[in-house]
Amino acid sequence: MVKKSAERIYLGLIFLFLYLPIAVLIVLSFNNSKSRVVWGGFTLKWYQQLFHNNTIKAAFTTTIFITVISALLATLLGTLAALGIHAMKAKKQAIMLGATNIPLLNADIVTGLSMMLLFVRFTKLGMSTVLIAHITFNIPYVILNVLPKLRQCSQNTYEAALDLGATPFYAFRKIIWPQIRPGVFSGALMAMTMSLDDFSVTYFTKGAGINTLSTMIYTEMRKGIIPEMYALSTILFFIALILLLVMNFGSSRKDKLAKERIG
Amino acid sequence: MNKLKRQFLAGPYLVWIIGFILLPIIMILYYALTNQTGEATLSNILAIGTPIHSKALFLSLKLAFLCTAICLVLSYPLAMILSNIRKKHQNLIVFIFILPMWMNFMLRILAWKMLLSNNGVINSVLETLGIPPLDILNTPTAVVFCMVYDFLPFMILPIYNSMARIGKDIIEAAKDLGAGSVTIFFKIILPLTISGVVSGIIMVFVPALTSFAISDLLGGGKVLLIGNVIEQAFMQEYNWNLGSGLSIVLMVFVIASMALMSAHDKEGGGAGVW
Repeated sequence: MVKKSAERIYLGLIFLFLYLPIAVLIVLSFNNSKSRVVWGGFTLKWYQQLFHNNTIKAAFTTTIFITVISALLATLLGTLAALGIHAMKAKKQAIMLGATNIPLLNADIVTGLSMMLLFVRFTKLGMSTVLIAHITFNIPYVILNVLPKLRQCSQNTYEAALDLGATPFYAFRKIIWPQIRPGVFSGALMAMTMSLDDFSVTYFTKGAGINTLSTMIYTEMRKGIIPEMYALSTILFFIALILLLVMNFGSSRKDKLAKERIG
Repeated sequence: MNKLKRQFLAGPYLVWIIGFILLPIIMILYYALTNQTGEATLSNILAIGTPIHSKALFLSLKLAFLCTAICLVLSYPLAMILSNIRKKHQNLIVFIFILPMWMNFMLRILAWKMLLSNNGVINSVLETLGIPPLDILNTPTAVVFCMVYDFLPFMILPIYNSMARIGKDIIEAAKDLGAGSVTIFFKIILPLTISGVVSGIIMVFVPALTSFAISDLLGGGKVLLIGNVIEQAFMQEYNWNLGSGLSIVLMVFVIASMALMSAHDKEGGGAGVW
């Protein structure tokens, strides 16, 4: 009994540590006073100002654009790469996977800077350089999610399909794809998360005038804190909450359906 | 499609590796090993020896160690508690502990700036309680606080995953054979979660060692980490050679710390690492 309540208290303390900062931001976003502590009454004016702030709106659009496009392209390239790597002999596989690990393990700041050095040599920094950089650090997450699924696939079914006259593409679509699909999706999701949250790589590879939310907030914070940021935090927190809830709820319902079908 | 042909599917990725992974590394090595007129030199790398640079490196190492240790001490019991929760609630509770990770990294820093500032929330609470205010914004303590907050989920998740994989029957068997909870912990739980701990340490230590945004925003220009020195060399002094040289030194430390940790991970459970 004592152990149980000690455990509860511990969970509670960590919970407090994780959520207190977020709660403070949410409360401040409704505070009708620029001060950090004095409660000046309830207001929605920071939200109104947020929706009229073009810098923030532009950064938001850029972030979504980069996240979606880089995750899509990384998923396509990464899935093809995983299929190719899977067909390789052990030695070649080891080389390819070694190279894949580099952007995963290297410090973000070094990844960003080394890419910047390459880009400025051949082109101007801009949206496309940020996209290339994001695709580069996203691909490994896709490969590392798809490859284990491919290794679980049985090669025999695929070859049987070919023997029975299926074209390679048809056999892929009907046999391999359904088995690797969860890996492809979780890889894409991880890629999106990484893109969405990236600061360092974007910071070094972006051109002037282009900002994602992370780099925009960084610049604004160095100038001073504007209350619109609290409103932005609140909105982003609830978007994350809803997205994660939908994903969790959606997947557990699918699991249940699948179980019912089997049973 | 036979295997030989299928390998070509990795072709575009191979081009990508060469163009955007290997070439940038060659570029940074080139800049690190030359001076501004293009002559070969080691001075950019040896520059780590100057007092201001080595001080920044030592501070980075110190804060990264501290942050990793705090994360480990907080996460291990947490993962144990989480893995013992009834299956029905487990997903929800794990979800609660990873949700903050989905908030934008910068906004999490902003939140800590709010909490810690002199007229911020923590100090006004202390004031009403009659306790003297803390003056920790713009100090290394504030930076460590925020690092722990930012990187804690990276420690929780791998330890929790390795803990959740331990079969309950193994622990039952140990109990039947008369093992006490201390024996069970040291003989079963700890050895089976070491790989999770190793991945957690790497996933926290490396970003803590190399970050520059947290110290920049919460250090008020007074906390100079190696990441800040590199960033300033590139973005303010435009001395790309020096910045590259220091980056190489940083890379060596990152690789060394990972090699050191992986050597302790005998079963090779940290599949992604090397």
